[in-house]
Amino acid sequence: MSRDPNDTDRAAHLRFWRSVEEAQGEVDPSADTIGLPTGRRDFMRLMGASIALAGLAGCSRPPLERIVPFRDGPQQQTYGKPIFYASAIARDGYGAGVLVECNMGRPTKIEGNPLHPASLGATDVFSQAAVLELWDPDRSQTVRAGGAIATWDASIAALQGRLRARPRGAGVRLLTETVTSPSLHAAIRALLGRYPEARWHQWQPVNRDNAYAGARLAYGTPLDTTYRFDRARVILSLDADFLDAMPGCVRYAHDFASTRAAHAPAERRSRLYVVESTPSLTGAAADHRVPLRARDVPAAAQAIAHALGAASDGPATAPVPAEWLQAVVADLSQSRGGCIVIAGERQPPHVHALAHAMNEHLGNVGGTVVHLPAAAAEVVDCTASLRELARDMHAGSVDTLLVLDANPVHTAPADLGFSDALTRVPFKLHLGLYEDETAAASDWHVPAAHALESWGDVVAFDGTCTLQQPCIAPLYGGRTPLELIAVATGDAQADARTLLTRYWSGRQPQDFDAFFDDALRRGVVPGTASAPQRPALRPFDVPPSTTPPGASLELVLTTDPRTGDGRHANNAWLQELPKPLTQLTWDNAALVSPALAQRLGLVNEDVVSLRVADRSLDAPVWITPGMPDGCVSLSLGYGRTRAGTVGSGRGANAYALRTVDAPWFVPGVSLVRTGRRYALASAQTHGRMEGRDIVRMVSVAQAAACTAQACGTPGYRDQRTLYDSPPFGPYAWAMSIDLSSCIGCAACTIACQAENNIPVVGKEEVRRGREMHWIRVDRYHEGSVQNPRTVFQPVPCMQCEHAPCEVVCPVEASVHDAQGINVQVYNRCVGTRFCSNNCPYKVRRFNFLQYSKDVPSLDAQRNPEVSVRMRGVMEKCNYCLQRITTARIAADREGRSLRDGEVVTACQAVCPTRAIVFGNLNDPQSEVNRRKNSPLDYALLAELNTRPRTTYLARVTNERHGA
Amino acid sequence: MAPEAALAGDAPGPRYSGAVITDRIAGIVLARPTHWGFLAGLGVSAAFTVLFLVAVGYLFAVGVGIWGIDQPVAWAFAITNFVWWVGIGHAGTFISAFLLLLRQHWRTSINRFAEAMTIFAVAMAGLMPILHLGRPWFFYWLAPYPDVMNVWPQWRSPLVWDIFAIGTYIIVSIVFWYMGLLPDLATLRDRARTRGKQIAYGVFALGWRGEARHWHRYETAYLLLAGLATPLVISVHSVVSLDFSFGLVPGWHSTIFPPYFVAGALYSGFAMALVLAVPLRAAFGLRDFITERHLAKMGTLMLVTGLLVAYSYGVEVFSAYFGGDAHEIAIMEDRYTGAYAPVAWAVILCNVVIPQALWLGWVRRSALALFALGLVVLVGMWLERFLIIVQSLAHDFLPSSWHLFVPTFWDLATLAGSIGAFALMFLLFLRFLPAISMAELRKEAHHEPMHQ
Amino acid sequence: MAQVFSRRFVLLIRLGLLAALLAVVAGATAYRTLARADAPEDAPIRQPIPFSHQHHVRDDGIDCRYCHASVETSSFAGIPPLSTCMTCHSQLFTDAPMLEPLRRAYAGATTLAWNRVHDLPDFVYFDHSIHVAKGVGCTTCHGAIDRMPLTRRVASLYMEWCLECHRAPERYLRPHDRVFDVDWRPPADQLAQGAALRRQYGLRTTRELTDCSTCHR
Repeated sequence: MSRDPNDTDRAAHLRFWRSVEEAQGEVDPSADTIGLPTGRRDFMRLMGASIALAGLAGCSRPPLERIVPFRDGPQQQTYGKPIFYASAIARDGYGAGVLVECNMGRPTKIEGNPLHPASLGATDVFSQAAVLELWDPDRSQTVRAGGAIATWDASIAALQGRLRARPRGAGVRLLTETVTSPSLHAAIRALLGRYPEARWHQWQPVNRDNAYAGARLAYGTPLDTTYRFDRARVILSLDADFLDAMPGCVRYAHDFASTRAAHAPAERRSRLYVVESTPSLTGAAADHRVPLRARDVPAAAQAIAHALGAASDGPATAPVPAEWLQAVVADLSQSRGGCIVIAGERQPPHVHALAHAMNEHLGNVGGTVVHLPAAAAEVVDCTASLRELARDMHAGSVDTLLVLDANPVHTAPADLGFSDALTRVPFKLHLGLYEDETAAASDWHVPAAHALESWGDVVAFDGTCTLQQPCIAPLYGGRTPLELIAVATGDAQADARTLLTRYWSGRQPQDFDAFFDDALRRGVVPGTASAPQRPALRPFDVPPSTTPPGASLELVLTTDPRTGDGRHANNAWLQELPKPLTQLTWDNAALVSPALAQRLGLVNEDVVSLRVADRSLDAPVWITPGMPDGCVSLSLGYGRTRAGTVGSGRGANAYALRTVDAPWFVPGVSLVRTGRRYALASAQTHGRMEGRDIVRMVSVAQAAACTAQACGTPGYRDQRTLYDSPPFGPYAWAMSIDLSSCIGCAACTIACQAENNIPVVGKEEVRRGREMHWIRVDRYHEGSVQNPRTVFQPVPCMQCEHAPCEVVCPVEASVHDAQGINVQVYNRCVGTRFCSNNCPYKVRRFNFLQYSKDVPSLDAQRNPEVSVRMRGVMEKCNYCLQRITTARIAADREGRSLRDGEVVTACQAVCPTRAIVFGNLNDPQSEVNRRKNSPLDYALLAELNTRPRTTYLARVTNERHGA
Repeated sequence: MAPEAALAGDAPGPRYSGAVITDRIAGIVLARPTHWGFLAGLGVSAAFTVLFLVAVGYLFAVGVGIWGIDQPVAWAFAITNFVWWVGIGHAGTFISAFLLLLRQHWRTSINRFAEAMTIFAVAMAGLMPILHLGRPWFFYWLAPYPDVMNVWPQWRSPLVWDIFAIGTYIIVSIVFWYMGLLPDLATLRDRARTRGKQIAYGVFALGWRGEARHWHRYETAYLLLAGLATPLVISVHSVVSLDFSFGLVPGWHSTIFPPYFVAGALYSGFAMALVLAVPLRAAFGLRDFITERHLAKMGTLMLVTGLLVAYSYGVEVFSAYFGGDAHEIAIMEDRYTGAYAPVAWAVILCNVVIPQALWLGWVRRSALALFALGLVVLVGMWLERFLIIVQSLAHDFLPSSWHLFVPTFWDLATLAGSIGAFALMFLLFLRFLPAISMAELRKEAHHEPMHQ
Repeated sequence: MAQVFSRRFVLLIRLGLLAALLAVVAGATAYRTLARADAPEDAPIRQPIPFSHQHHVRDDGIDCRYCHASVETSSFAGIPPLSTCMTCHSQLFTDAPMLEPLRRAYAGATTLAWNRVHDLPDFVYFDHSIHVAKGVGCTTCHGAIDRMPLTRRVASLYMEWCLECHRAPERYLRPHDRVFDVDWRPPADQLAQGAALRRQYGLRTTRELTDCSTCHR
């Protein structure tokens, strides 16, 4: 099935919410047998109705299968066909548009929304994993009062009783994360209007405090600065991971890649300079990278600003190599108006201010750098806000606390003593997706509705607003924050949708229904993107860089690339997805540079005790090439105590070392060996290419002068062979992966996992080397261990025309079909594993044990178009055969042939950088052919003459000479 | 004196009349009271057999994941055991068929138990490929038969050739062995005192009455079967070796494998024969039948095959560098310097260095030394197969997929268990069937005068 | 010494061996036949309502697509929603006890669960729409549905059965306008006409139709 914009429309034309209404049981008494199920049980009953035969039942005489018909067939719904609904999923408060694929009422897969500015059709790993979160059996399933099962009505009564007793809301506090939702903000304001003495606090562990403070410093007002990387020729990142961990990073990755692709026009090709305190995707993409202790970054920024003339005084000594500094300054000043200086979220305010100053000085503002009003409905300093709340709780002046969708007990800075303070609050109500640490500490817990179950709205990094529509009725009767606020304000009856329409009809009085339908259809509310601002730069002074003397270590806290701030800890897909730079799974680890490890005599998996002042934390060590010397890096998001069966008790809780004053960079840390060891599961045990021709790299100059002989694989497609070539039908599917575009975000891996029912195997199995991912992202280091070049290579099945796996399979389970796909026939496979041994790319995956567990709610996530594999069966990438087949059948029905781009594989659809292109070799006009005719096109291990259908474009690097 | 005569001279014929031979050997089965040592051996091997059954049961219940295999090392112990056991089988066939055709009369006193060894070893070997399947209950899909799916096996796969090679091998071996047993079964029938034994042996004797007509057909059939079995000595392990050389895995993809594997097979086979023969002759007082000279000859054969194996090791390394393929070279360097280097050097020690002791006459004549050497070589040959299979897989084309194999308890249990089961079957064979061919010995004794 | 085996005993043994041999052969043949027997003579599957295709199709002349609405557009032919049944049965047989389950389900009291008659293994992906679009008629696979008071399976659904058609579809293809015609019978020159239709409808080559990936993923 195609994922082009028409799809959005097709999806959107369905006035889907009707059936949700029904499913919510408000219109029709027999709702629970129609349209969408209200709960898992009904839903399992309905599943019979789907022809979608997922699950590999070996025998041909299965038990009698039942078909339960609808009462009234829902409009627009055809049995056995998926429907796509436009919605949005928020990450740290910022929304990204998605299309949710539903099969017979079950959300099974998430795609990006091509119409949404933060997505452009792609997503990050978190959005992909959201669908698993929806079906997570560990989700909170009932209202609880002091741990005992209670009802929604009881909780309402309790809450309203509380508030009635406080007519002016004295002692009432509301704690949320950063709110960007306009409707929710309006509701909160209404609540605060009703209870003037009530107070609202916002806390989010991964927040924009520094950025906003920096903007205040430079412009006197908090701003969301956005960037146009597609227009930039020189980019300087000051510890900013804009490709992986920033609002809008998916869009940024797309724009950035458009200037990096193997065939990006020379005049648009960009060069990236990075200083960073922890290896990141952005650092890996850099042409010139300098690992730097976080506390040295300000000095570096100042030095550069000074050299550019953007800052009056510079530091005594620049912490960066002189020639590097010269190169940056030269490049930046040569491309005024066409460059970007970007400061990392974690860097202190004045670094942001310096970045603003430099951008102003270089005339980038308005061009490559765009200032927008803050997306947050109300900008507050999260840390200050939480500190204030904690103080008041300690003082006992808080007696009613509502915590909406936040987990402060786990995420609050250690020195606030938040959980102690919480015990002094008589009435605590928590709304959350899980019964987490905060739920356990609260008197009342109300299960929250998942994003895919909710009516709501959310704002993207550029201010664009998206209406969220539910794709399934809340599985466990969860509620949205909006509903809870409404209840608190006294309106206990209104449901989420009414509340939402009420707000938006306020904003769009005329012709509301059409507007609302259209907004749902597109997944963006037209005309909501913020208007750029041009505030005047104000002078500001930079505090002298206070570099603590000597060798005292520095601890760098990072957002975990997989579990974020800890909210995704219970998501098995994310836990098992190798972290980009370390390839670690299921744990976080204290990352140290090889040099430091050598000094301290540490090896991987040694457990060290990190000591700061009176706090200490034990964590296993992972030696990471490219870590700056003199600092240790540890990611937040682990050490959860009540995450769920998957996430509880994994890794080390970095919050234990996080304080109000040092939220990201903790100076004066000491590393003490404990003598203990802790097993870590890394998906890749060897990180060097051993001089083999695996990831091919050429400079821009070489690429320009490139001929197939020079850097391609000359004619690997017509090498001599003794075997007859595979039979060709009208289609010859093939794939091309541009290693210049690939940033290694691994979205392809998890998208593939969601699309193809790939099981999770668990830490022990990963340690054994039994992970099941059909497309893996290999990571290699080149050059010095202190500051290596890091390259990524996505490796799916190569679909060899002369597949070594096929000749050795004794039962024809591995065969070629006429479309040139190397098919794995699961139901024929007996599991000799010879095919895997004989596969030079080792892309085959074997079910050593029964990995696909039969959990009802997880079965519900499965893609009905793909067999679920049993133990003892070999599996692998098949170019999303189900998508090809569906598209082909549709085309055959109409008696036409498939158009280029009509079939899009899961990995291709999700890729933010368009690194993956898939298509038909027999179509001379196809994009994939265009790529394969490039001289940069090469086949992996071509000398084996396997004739891969999947080939790569060499990685083009853009170093500046002498830098 | 003609060499043949010289060899015939080793036959114990002259010293015993046919009757005595029959008494001595049939006695072991019919008369001799069960010795406590025998029972102890039986107990131990039975215990390990139980372990084997437990391991297999658990395997079927849970899956091959109970073993240490992983990606990229998808084959390890099971296949190693398979190759090792098949190899051991070869010596039996070599002794009984090959030497028969070569008129090596001295073989008569050892061929019977050597053949038994072959059958039990191949039985163990035959199990392994089935156990190692992900879905063993579908093993029959490897065999061609008309089915409702209208699909056949994939003929290009060496695994399908294996089915035929091993199948043929085990059938021919059993028939050959059973043929040879007929006259002796009749003897036992006639000498048995209890009705039960008479019937049991009688049924299997298929009414053998020792008529001239019987003998005539027997001789012909036996010779024909020997002719059938002889090529198998070469073919079976050549086919097995193709399981590897057919693949493109560096370290597997090599043209020397067939001869290399056959030599290795005989090498380990003779080792096993010695390991069985030495205690056998001691325990049952058969020193005059299985003489020092017999042991010495097997020692010599071991030395010869051992040298062939050593040569193959050399050629492997040489051709890697001579071929100049980067991946092959990397494999060879990793083999002798990498994570599995200890195994590699243990192989060199066990299969190349230590067996050179066989050049010394007194070693070849000392039963104890030969027994010890046999054990060393058996270990060495198992490790060699492990090395070829595992180390090559663990270190293939893309460094990103390199991963070491670490065995689990169940890997070891399966190996130990299969040895136990083998031992059990062999002990039972000793108890219920004549370990040495009485008929052939009698014949030797009878022929003897002609040579003088 | 007395003979161990009397003549009779030997005879007994020989007969025993012979019997064993026969037993093996008999067992094998029995298995082969039984394994195939089940398919065509499959008894009607029991249903909550004894629905008669014969009555609805032959007597009432209702088109297949009236109930199996998605047969031309989706992999699944579609099972009619209860409302479809009620279009008639709110007027006809309104109090027939036979239809009680239907009425109760429609009232929302229970659900009506039909038992699947044609149940393919889960690893087989069959698509009605493409077969219909390429001129494979309903009765070709479902038999004389219009003569089935109670619905049963007439095809084995074994892979060999699928292949039998996929290897040479021309033996079964019909003109588009006859696909839903329960009275269609192959003409005398079916092979010629079928071949023509095969070209006209642009069916895939036999190689493609018999690719594993055509039905399995």
